[in-house]
This record gives sequence, structure tokens and C-alpha cells, in this order.
Amino acid sequence: MTKPEIRQAVIDILADIAPDEDFTSMKDDVSFREQFEMDSMDLLDIVLELRKRYKVQIPEEDYPKLDNMNSTVEYLEPLMQG
Amino acid sequence: MDESQRIVITGVGLTAPNGNNLAEYRGALLTGKSGISPYEIRYFGKTLAGICNFEETKYQKKKDRRRGTRAGSIAIYCANEALNDAGIAPQAVAANDRTGVYVGITEHGNVETENEVYNISQFNYDCSTWSHFHNPRTVANNPAGEITLNLKITGPHYCLGAACAAGNAGIIQGVQQLRLGEVDLALCGGVSESIHTFGIFAAFAAENALARNDDPAKASRPFDKNRNGIVISEGGCIYTLERLPDAKRRGAKIYGEIAGYGMNSDGTDFVLPNPDRQAECLWKALNKAGVQPEDIDIVNTHATATPSGDVQEIAALRKVFGVSRDGLPPAKHPYINNTKCLIGHAMGAAGVLELAGNLPAFADNIVHPTYNCDDLDPGCEIANLVINEPKRIDRVDYILNNSFGMVGINSVVIVKRYNDT
Repeated sequence: MTKPEIRQAVIDILADIAPDEDFTSMKDDVSFREQFEMDSMDLLDIVLELRKRYKVQIPEEDYPKLDNMNSTVEYLEPLMQG
Repeated sequence: MDESQRIVITGVGLTAPNGNNLAEYRGALLTGKSGISPYEIRYFGKTLAGICNFEETKYQKKKDRRRGTRAGSIAIYCANEALNDAGIAPQAVAANDRTGVYVGITEHGNVETENEVYNISQFNYDCSTWSHFHNPRTVANNPAGEITLNLKITGPHYCLGAACAAGNAGIIQGVQQLRLGEVDLALCGGVSESIHTFGIFAAFAAENALARNDDPAKASRPFDKNRNGIVISEGGCIYTLERLPDAKRRGAKIYGEIAGYGMNSDGTDFVLPNPDRQAECLWKALNKAGVQPEDIDIVNTHATATPSGDVQEIAALRKVFGVSRDGLPPAKHPYINNTKCLIGHAMGAAGVLELAGNLPAFADNIVHPTYNCDDLDPGCEIANLVINEPKRIDRVDYILNNSFGMVGINSVVIVKRYNDT
């Protein structure tokens, strides 16, 4: 997947797990938790949905890479080349 | 009785398959509006159910709904509606440890576990796709706990697992905790999300106790010769209960006073009811209320429209209401009705929903009828059974609600017209 495709995949997941939020004006370099009402359970949801939808396994020590959109896409790019 | 021991109902919040507030629901009960519809659920297939259509996001964020359960969502809706109805602002219970939440449930967690097993079946049973929310969704305190999360209540909360007697058990718990002085306000009642588990449909079908009918509105037929079982429903009803002096101090509207209650166990069978124990439970409640059978004006039955259960309950009622204590015909016999004919069996919510549907009788003196009883089973004959047409009576002072459940659990609640003296 290309970076824009990965970004859209993450947006789709976020829209499902935080349906009250509007992600259209998201700042890609700012932490999800700073911009939106999200917590550690949401992070677990992102990990779970990536596993279910794209078979991406993310070890716990890599969870900090999912802090904001830029770092998430950077991290996922090599894992979503299939 | 010391006034601080008198417990009154000051608010009602509910969702039933045929109404999302008391006025709408009462209207449906008086006009015969059924809440039963065709329904389909995975594995089991096509059946009938009582489905609620309240607005989930009226009091709850979409995200909290996604994290929680249908039972929790029902509980949140009912609790907020009850507070509104009682004239208590949600801010008044936030961070308040003198508010207790007591919610009856028939069962909880089956829906969520079935969903997760189905989910992992789509991923070759890979348990790493199991949701981390399964824990908070399935703990037995979930529906009551979701109320406290939503309203930020810091007092005690828990659920009472009491099969189909659970709604009444919720009320009784609220009364007891208020009388003990443990809390100043009880949000109590019962909820059910049962229609979202295929297992309950399959289990009642396996017992030959699941209703079948080409016309959904005709499927739930308590006391009728052609009844063939239960219609499963979801629903909820939460009351605000307060001690009388507190209710008076704030000028609260009072629906009625909890006059008495009884709970006991059959100790005889997993499934089959025991009319002797049911009669004893009725007497417990009458004695606690300090009244005689002839003082009761309306008996709202539990009858679920199973062939044997309805007969057993009527047998219990005949024992208690059929003769006076001196063995003579009673001076007065209560009017008997049933609510499941229109809403089906709302399980943990059944007792409280059915009682709520009768509370307006204190004001309008109308006994809502038992519908779909087109050909009365002789085994279910009893004096003053109100069939198919509402019955206006002179005055209603006492309403009694029966709710019985599996593994032999019985509950009776008696509500009295509120009288200041």
C-alpha cells in the first residue's frame, strides 16, 4: 500500500473506533490523544483492527509509534507491502 | 411506620417494545398496541421478538455505545429518563456517593461472548482477534456500572442476577438500601438485552417453550388455550426511589409507595415453577405490607404463555385470593391482568416494566387488559381476569406484581397509592 492508502486505512479505523470525532482537520504531526478524545483502550483498538483488517502484528514495544498519523504511516509502510 | 422507612417511587424511565416512556407505553397497553415483530438472528434464523427503538445516542456518545453493551445502553437511557421524570438534574447525582444503582438482570454476557466467538470464527479462531472490551462488557455488574460511568455516580452499583424475577429484585434492593440509610437515592429496576443472543431462542425452542404464530401481534397469548410459548423481548425500566421525607422536601411527584415485597425460592426444580412457593411468596409480600388479599385491587401476573407456567401461577393466585382467611369466599377479589401479551417477556426488565405499565391506574382507575386471550384455558380461569378490553374500576389503592424465574426464584412487589398520612 502507498502512504496515502495507509493513511486512509488508519482514518477508516479511527472513524470506526471514535465515531463521535471529526477527523477531516486532523494534524498529522500531532498526537491522536492530544487532538481527540482517545485513550489507551483506543490504542488497543487500533492495534486490533490493524491485525484483523491487514494481518499486521504490532508488538507492545512498538505501540508508541502509533502516536500520531505521520509516525503511524511511517511505521506501517514496510509492514503493509503485501 | 417511621416516615424515613417509607419508600416512594418518584421517577420512571423505561423502554419497552411498544413505548419509550411511561405515557407512550401506557397508551399502548390501553389500546392493545403490540411491540412484537418478525426477527432474525444468526444460527437460529427467523423468529419473533420484542425490539426496542429508543434513541441510543440521546444520552450516550457513539463511542461509549461501541465500547459497552446493549444492556448498558438500555440502562443508561432508562436511568436518564427516570432522573428527568423525577426532576433530578444529572449534575445532582454526579460525584454523588449517596446514589445507589441496583439493576436486575436475567443473564448477562451471553450476547458479548457469542459475538466474540463469532468474530474469531471469521479469523480462523485466532484468539488474538478477541476484543479487549470483552472483559468490561461481560462483568456481571456491566449494565449498572455503565449507568455510573455515564452519570459519574460514585455510590454503590451492582446487578442482581435473579432470572425473570430480577426487575423486582432490583426494586427490593433499592428499598432495602434506602431503609438502611446506605444511600439517599436509588436508581433501580431491571434490563434485558436477551434478544441479541441466539442461545436464548435456541434454548427456549429446545424446551418447546418458544412462541410461534403467523401474526407476530398474536404470538404472546397468556391464559389462552392456544398459547404455545414465550416471545423474547429486550427492554428496561429504572425507577428513582427515595425516602418519603426526602421526596416531600423537594416537592417530588409521587407515583406510589412500596408497601411490601416478598422473595423466596422453590427449592424444587430447575425449570418448573412451584405454586405452593409462589403462594407463600405472595403471603410474604401481603404480610409485609400489612394487608389482606381483598385489599389488593390489581394483580399483574408473570404468566409467560407457556402451557404449564400460566396454570401454575393461576393455581397460586387461587390459593391466596380465592378464599378469605376464615375459608369463606373473599369479600373482594382483585382484578387480574398480564402485560406480556403486548411486550413479550422482557426477562430482567419484565417485573419492573409490567409494574410500571400499571402504576398510572392509581390516577386513571383503569386496569389494562390481557390481550390475545381469545379462548380462555379452563386451567387459567380466575375471578376478575380482565380480558381484551380495559376495565374501569372505582378506585385503585394497591397494585401487586408477580415475577418468577428459573431455578425457582419468586418475587412479589406491592405498591400502594400514595397517601400523605
